[in-house]
Amino acid sequence: MKEKIDISAADLDDVLLVIRNNYGYDFSNYSRASLIRRVLRFMDTARIKTVYDLRFHLTNEPAFFAYFLQTITVNVTEMFRDPAFYHSLREKVLPKLAAYPIIKIWHAGCSSGEEVYSMCILLEEAGLLNRAVIYATDINPANIEKARSGIVPMHYMKDYTANYQQSGGKEDFSTYYTARYENALIRKDLRRNIVFSQHNLVTDQGFNEFQLVCCRNVLIYFNKTLQNHVFHLFYNSLPPMGYLALGMKESLLFTDLRDKFETVDATAKIFKRKK
Amino acid sequence: MPTSIDHIIVIGGSAGSLPVLLQVLENLPPNFSIPVIVVLHRLKNVASDLQGILASVQQTQKIKEPEDKEAIKRRHVYIAPQNYHLLVEADKTFSLDYSEPVHYSRPSIDVSFESVVRVFGPKTIAILLSGANQDGADGMEAVVAANGVAIAQSPETSEYPAMPVAAIEKNAKVKSMAPEKIVEYLHQLTVE
Repeated sequence: MKEKIDISAADLDDVLLVIRNNYGYDFSNYSRASLIRRVLRFMDTARIKTVYDLRFHLTNEPAFFAYFLQTITVNVTEMFRDPAFYHSLREKVLPKLAAYPIIKIWHAGCSSGEEVYSMCILLEEAGLLNRAVIYATDINPANIEKARSGIVPMHYMKDYTANYQQSGGKEDFSTYYTARYENALIRKDLRRNIVFSQHNLVTDQGFNEFQLVCCRNVLIYFNKTLQNHVFHLFYNSLPPMGYLALGMKESLLFTDLRDKFETVDATAKIFKRKK
Repeated sequence: MPTSIDHIIVIGGSAGSLPVLLQVLENLPPNFSIPVIVVLHRLKNVASDLQGILASVQQTQKIKEPEDKEAIKRRHVYIAPQNYHLLVEADKTFSLDYSEPVHYSRPSIDVSFESVVRVFGPKTIAILLSGANQDGADGMEAVVAANGVAIAQSPETSEYPAMPVAAIEKNAKVKSMAPEKIVEYLHQLTVE
């Protein structure tokens, strides 16, 4: 029988402190339920048996921390994830963005880039890609590298094509990428206006003003305090009438800014900063 | 102030579990106040009226998919949303998680059971219904280890017995019950 590893709340605090002191990443306000699960999963795959060993390796081996970071942050994403959201973006948001001479969009927590590519395809189809700049940021440098490559594993493309069609896409999806062996390369001209950068929502400031901020399924990993902090960051990055898009089960319920936004689409979780 | 939550019921199910789930919910005592969390394996990106179906048999409990960080309340039946794992925080609020599927499933029953028992410990009542894979067996083991109550639908009454069987074989302390017995058990909870 496999031995069950467990980690107490106090142990986890110690581990997080080691990380903050050595590497500057602050996970103290992450949702504990999910974080504990991922740390345990990491210990299991890395064959770390005790919290002492975990702290020892984290303190002494930066490469071990890089591996740890890659494992405990959630890097699961999809092209056209939640087709209903992209449908709403097409119908309700892009026509409004078309009024701006330059369209600035921020994907905060872009993971390996699949949602950013999806946005580029939407913009291309709406004839807006030429005057759009898409800032794609993530806490994890390995994700940024991957996102920059434009490469998506081929075996997901069937699902992504279905998502695209459900989102109201009318084109032949396969014209947006080149397939080779097990991978698909998203067309370079679709990616021409993406700016990739590492950015940590916990510790870094805003860096521009955007007509649309997309931050989907990132805030669920934060506790209410940190969520509120990030909502302030987004609010200050949006002009009046600027759009904020969240994940399908995320909401403004627990932020003191909830009255500063109006709802554009309650199901797709698209909001707009009031004047 | 909401009254504090003491016990919790978490029900997991997959193929063949919906009729049993409906039977259990339909027959909850009218004054039943323990919160219920339902984790069913569901397709993603497909419009689903699970909430409406459950509401059609159960009108006294409020039935909903929780938002992230929503507080758990009495007289509520919470459904794990499609395409997310559903977890519970120490302050008895929900957390959602979009990490990798477990046993090809998101929501995964194991993930919810293990998370619930970490917070509610021996006050956890876990019920595992019919299904065709192994999800839930590890979660049931965690419930037993914390001295909670782990009930599996009896294999002979399960349309797809693989899931309850996996949990029963993994742990001798998992109680096997037919759907009527599960209903009786929940009635006896409110009497105490």
